[in-house]
Amino acid sequence: MKKIIILLIALLPVIGFAQKAKKDIQKTSFEVNGVCGMCKARIEKQAFTVKGVKSATWDISSHQFSVIYDASKTSLLNIHEEIASVGHDTPLATAPDEVYNSLHMCCMYERESKE
Amino acid sequence: MNGRQEYNAHFNTKWNDKWSAGSYVHVNQRTQKFDKNADSFLDVPISKQINVLNRWQYTDATKGWVGFASLRFLDDKKQTGSINFDPETHRDTRAFWGSEIETQRVDASLKIGYVFPDTPYQSFGFQSAYSNHDQDSYFGLRRYDIKHKSFFTNLLFNSIISNTKNKFKTGINFSFDEYNEGVDLVDYQRRDEVIGAFFEYSYDSLEKLNITAGIRLDSHNRLGTFVTPRVHLRYNPWERSVLRASVGSGRKVANIFAENQKLFGTNRLIQLVENGGSVYGLRPEKAWNYGLSFRQGFTLFQKQGDVTVDFYRTQFEDQVVVDWEQASHIRFYNLEGSSYANSFQLELDYVPFRNTALRLAYKNYQVKTTYGTQTLQKPLQPGERFFANFEYKFENEEKGSQWKADMTYHFVGEQRLPSNSRDGVGYSSERYGLLSMQITRVFSKQFEVYLGGENLGNYKQLNPIVGAEDPFGSTFDTSLVYAPIFGKMFYAGLRFKLNNIKK
Repeated sequence: MKKIIILLIALLPVIGFAQKAKKDIQKTSFEVNGVCGMCKARIEKQAFTVKGVKSATWDISSHQFSVIYDASKTSLLNIHEEIASVGHDTPLATAPDEVYNSLHMCCMYERESKE
Repeated sequence: MNGRQEYNAHFNTKWNDKWSAGSYVHVNQRTQKFDKNADSFLDVPISKQINVLNRWQYTDATKGWVGFASLRFLDDKKQTGSINFDPETHRDTRAFWGSEIETQRVDASLKIGYVFPDTPYQSFGFQSAYSNHDQDSYFGLRRYDIKHKSFFTNLLFNSIISNTKNKFKTGINFSFDEYNEGVDLVDYQRRDEVIGAFFEYSYDSLEKLNITAGIRLDSHNRLGTFVTPRVHLRYNPWERSVLRASVGSGRKVANIFAENQKLFGTNRLIQLVENGGSVYGLRPEKAWNYGLSFRQGFTLFQKQGDVTVDFYRTQFEDQVVVDWEQASHIRFYNLEGSSYANSFQLELDYVPFRNTALRLAYKNYQVKTTYGTQTLQKPLQPGERFFANFEYKFENEEKGSQWKADMTYHFVGEQRLPSNSRDGVGYSSERYGLLSMQITRVFSKQFEVYLGGENLGNYKQLNPIVGAEDPFGSTFDTSLVYAPIFGKMFYAGLRFKLNNIKK
C-alpha cells in the first residue's frame, strides 16, 4: 500500500510537466506533396527531427500534413523547410532537385511547374 | 429440430447530436425433453434465458468528452438430469437424479474519456464496473451456490514524451471481489481487494518497429505486493510481413469451484490438499507468458492471401492443479513439478475466386501438468484441431437481394480421459470431424431468411454419462463428454430490421 502511494506521488510531476506552457502549443495543417506509405514515413520522421514538434501526421489520400508544435522552440517555416529538405514540396518550401530526383520510384509525385 | 427458440430485438435511438441510446433484448428457451440415446438422461438441458441490455452514449467532439454507460440484467434457468426428474417432488431424494441451475446477474458500467482539444495526444480515461452474480444450484444430492459481488475502477492518463513517437500511459486501479460460496456442506467466504498502479511506455519508429513496455505494481490482500512486467514488440522485416513478440508475467487467484463446476455433475469426492495458502488453503497461481507470431501477406494467381504462424507458451511457476486422475475423486493441490501450455497455430486466409473467402487453420495444444508423479496432457484437451471455412456470396441480382452460403469443417483430435469405469485406464477418445452449413437469402436490407445444419455427419458420443444406471453411486460422472451428444441438427431463422425510431 505504502509503495503504491510513493509511486503515485512519483507520477504526479510527470502529469504536471505534460501540462506546462499550453499557450505556446500551436496546431495547424498544410499540404505536403507525396504519394505513398514510404512518403508518409519519410515526411513524418523528418518532421519529428525538429525540436518542439509534438505530433506530425501526413494523410496519404488528402496530402494534408497536420502538426502540433511548441512555438517557443521552433517556427512553422522551419518545419516546412525540414520536410522539403528530404524531397517533399510544401506551400512555403521547395525541395532541392537532386533530393527530389533521388526519391524512390513510387514516391515521384507530380511537381507543380516551377518557372 | 432440437426444440430451441430464440428471440432477439435491438432498438437504437439517437436523441440529439450528443446523446444516443440502445436497448437489446435476447430471450431463448428449450422446453422439449430429448433422450435419443435412451440412457434415461436428457441429451440437452431444458432452459429459459432472458437478457436485457441498455446502453447510453454521450459524445461532444469539440469539447473532447465522451461517455458510455450500460446496464445489463440476466436471468437464466436450466434443468438437466433424468428425463423423469420433477424438481417439485424429486429434489433431495434418490428417486431420480436431477439438477437445476438458477442464475441472476446484474452488470453496470461507466466509462468517461476526455481528450484535450488543443493537444489530442493527451487524454484522461475513467472506467468503473460493478457486477452482482447470484447462482443457486443443486446436482442430485450435491449443492453449489455462489454469490459474487465485484467492483472495479481505474483512472488513466495518456500523453507523450517530447513527441508522439514516444507515448506513455499511466494509471491507478482499485478492485474488490466478495465471494460467498456453498459447496455441498461447507461454506466459503472471501473478500479480495487490490490497489495498483501502472506505467507503460511505447515507442514507434514510424516505419518498422513498435515497442511497448509496461510495469504494474499491485497490492493484493491475499497475493501480497508484487510487480508484473510486460513487453510487446512489433516489427516489419520486409513488405507485407509483421513479426510480433511478447513476454509477460501474471498472478491469479484460482476460484477452484467456480472454474470447475462440472465436478458437481459427478459423485467424485472433493479433496483439498491445503498447505496454509491464502485462498482455500492453497497458494495463488503464478505464470510467465511468451508469444511469437509472424504474418506474411502474399498474392497467388492475382488473389490476395495471408499466412500466420503463432506460438504461445505459458509456464507455471505455481498453479492449483485440478487432478481428475483418481477414479471417484477430484483433488486440488499446488503444483509440484512442471506445468506448461504450448499452443501452435498455422492459419491461411485466401480469396480463391471473387466473392469467396477461404480460411484454414491448424492448432496444436500441448497442455501438460504434473499430476502426482506423472506429467500428462490435461484431460479432454484435444492435442490437435483443424478448421476449414468456405464462404460464397452469389453475385447481386436485383438491388439488395442476394444468396450467401457458408460451410465449416471442424476436426477434433484425440482427447485423453482420466481413468473411469466406462473407459478404463489410459483411454483416449477417437478423433472426429463436424461439418456445418448455412444458407442465407437476403431479400432486402430489412429482411433475411437463413437455414442451416450442424454436425451433418451425425457424429455422436454414444455413452456420454458414466454410471448412468446408478446416478447416486460413486462412479457416476457427467463430466467426461468429449463429442456431441446430439446428432445432426437443423435450424431456421428470420432477421427483420425495422427502421430506427427517431427522437
